[in-house]
Amino acid sequence: MPKQVARRKRKLPDSPYLPRSAKIVEAEMFTDLEMWMRLEFEDGEPIEYRAGQFVELSVYGVGEAPISICSLPGKGDGLELCIRAAGDVTSSVQNFTVGDKVGLRGPFGNGFDMDSIAGKDLLFVAGGLGLAPCRSFILEALNNRDKYGSVSILYGARNPDNLLFRKDLDAWRERQDCTFMLTVDRGDETWTGNTGVITTLFRRIPKIDPVNTVAFIIGPPIMFKFAVLEALGMKLRKDNIYCSLERRMKCGLGKCGHCQIRNVYVCQEGPIFNYAEVVRLREGI
Amino acid sequence: MENCYCAGGDDPAVDKEDEVLPRTVRKEHFGTFVEALMTAYQVMAPVSKGPQFAFEQIESPEDVGKIRMDYDITILPPKKFLMPQYEELLSFSGRGPEGVEAAVSATPVAMLGIHPYDLHAIATIDMAMCQSPPDPYYQARRSTAFVIGLNIDNYANEHQFMADMGTIDPPEGGFDLFLTDLGDRYYMEMGTELGSKRAKDCRVCAPAVAKDHADKQAYDAAKLANFTKRLPYNTRYLPELLEESYDSLIWDAIAKRCFSCGTCTNVCPTCYCFDVQDKPNLDGKSGVRQRQWDSCQLDGFAVVAGGENFRAQRAGRLRHRIFRKGKFILERTGKLGCVGCGRCSQHCVAKISMLETLQQMADQSVTLDA
Repeated sequence: MPKQVARRKRKLPDSPYLPRSAKIVEAEMFTDLEMWMRLEFEDGEPIEYRAGQFVELSVYGVGEAPISICSLPGKGDGLELCIRAAGDVTSSVQNFTVGDKVGLRGPFGNGFDMDSIAGKDLLFVAGGLGLAPCRSFILEALNNRDKYGSVSILYGARNPDNLLFRKDLDAWRERQDCTFMLTVDRGDETWTGNTGVITTLFRRIPKIDPVNTVAFIIGPPIMFKFAVLEALGMKLRKDNIYCSLERRMKCGLGKCGHCQIRNVYVCQEGPIFNYAEVVRLREGI
Repeated sequence: MENCYCAGGDDPAVDKEDEVLPRTVRKEHFGTFVEALMTAYQVMAPVSKGPQFAFEQIESPEDVGKIRMDYDITILPPKKFLMPQYEELLSFSGRGPEGVEAAVSATPVAMLGIHPYDLHAIATIDMAMCQSPPDPYYQARRSTAFVIGLNIDNYANEHQFMADMGTIDPPEGGFDLFLTDLGDRYYMEMGTELGSKRAKDCRVCAPAVAKDHADKQAYDAAKLANFTKRLPYNTRYLPELLEESYDSLIWDAIAKRCFSCGTCTNVCPTCYCFDVQDKPNLDGKSGVRQRQWDSCQLDGFAVVAGGENFRAQRAGRLRHRIFRKGKFILERTGKLGCVGCGRCSQHCVAKISMLETLQQMADQSVTLDA
């Protein structure tokens, strides 16, 4: 009778599927559906990330979901997330509160090296929840203001109840060193600001030098389609227009295949793409 | 029944060079060889499953007689041992981070009787899973696996096109041992040191002699004559042809028949996409996070929370699969995305054939100028 071969169970500390534990240290409901939180890692190890990267958020027993990092890029002991309740994991995490712990894996994605556009004029166009990842770029620019030329920020939401990061919006409006414009698709009785889709703000941007301008357009695909037309209409170069193309991301490691756009794994070669690449990808938008 | 000494230990009288030279094992002694394998590995070999074949575990010496080395092709490819259909990644004991463990089972498996095209497919998945960052679960299984290939000398059915894909012979370094059926015995070629050692230590594996080499050469000559090409073009042009066919109507035409059932990806030896899901236990607290095979052909593959589907059209999904097999996997890993085994075509509910699809691409012209 052949010997039974023993099943060996080994603990693999470096399994890329093992999340790090993170505690919620601050949380706020921005809207009925969107929750902002600041998290700190329990193991005391820092995390280093770039603008545009994301993490996989774990709620054990429910699953994992990819969430864009919305805080200032760099190296630190934590990060901020803005999470819309859209599925199982994101709905379940909204029951969590300060002191609760979740799992985080990452950072994943290519992110964007802001140093590469030092000296450029920056145009940020954020639609809806796109403001969350876009904020990471905006904070990097505003915190290193001297590194860049002019900074213009456009933000569009569906209605006043949907506005995210209100404290930041107020702060950006107050600043003298950037242009901030806000619009909602549809106002309410108390709304006194702009109404209309975000493309209506483009003609109000102070005169820019199209050759020297880099635009970041982050929002729902339909918004990106029209916003990029405006940007091209302003004579911006195709490869100076960036977007965040998101797909269903699961492993974050370029293996599970869900995030593929043709031959590109968004979790590794994206989610930040320039428009010239998007056109070449064909199935990008 | 002769005893097989697989105890190891060097015989100083044997020249080191002999270790790489081929050996033979007579068919009546093959069971002894397999039984020796069973003392160190879980042996998976082809057995009959109704009118078809499957790789199953040989659990006891009595089951050795069930092994069908004359099988034509299995339903599922050998990837099921290296990347199981369900694989536990983590276990957790509650909602919190305490008690979360990454667990890997590394039971050594001997895969016996793997045809050359399946060896090529294993090499593809090896490359894909070891690309940065490497997958430790796959690596654990792959590094403890013992692979014994088995030669083939003819197509098994009309769906196969291994000659076109260059998979009638095994890949370099893609096996530990490689067997060729010479009628009353197997010719055994050495692939790795691990393979050589097992063969050298095995009393029923004798060094090959002139007649063995001659018979092997005759086998190779007959094999070459049987494996005629079935595509009208050299497959080195396949990535280009695919790129040109992106807007072709061929995809809609084929998709009309497709059910998006995912059978093709299920039986494909180079498919490795998976989903990761948490499975809570009945206590509502503990559970596992497991990965399981998934398919880009299923409607929900590219759906995100909120409902947007980034590949909602069946034709788009089908085109994506063909592009993966003929172009993308090759570009990303340097290894073949399709090995011409024909399983997808053989099992497709709608009888969609990879070979026919690739043949039709040669007839397609994107530019419609005369």
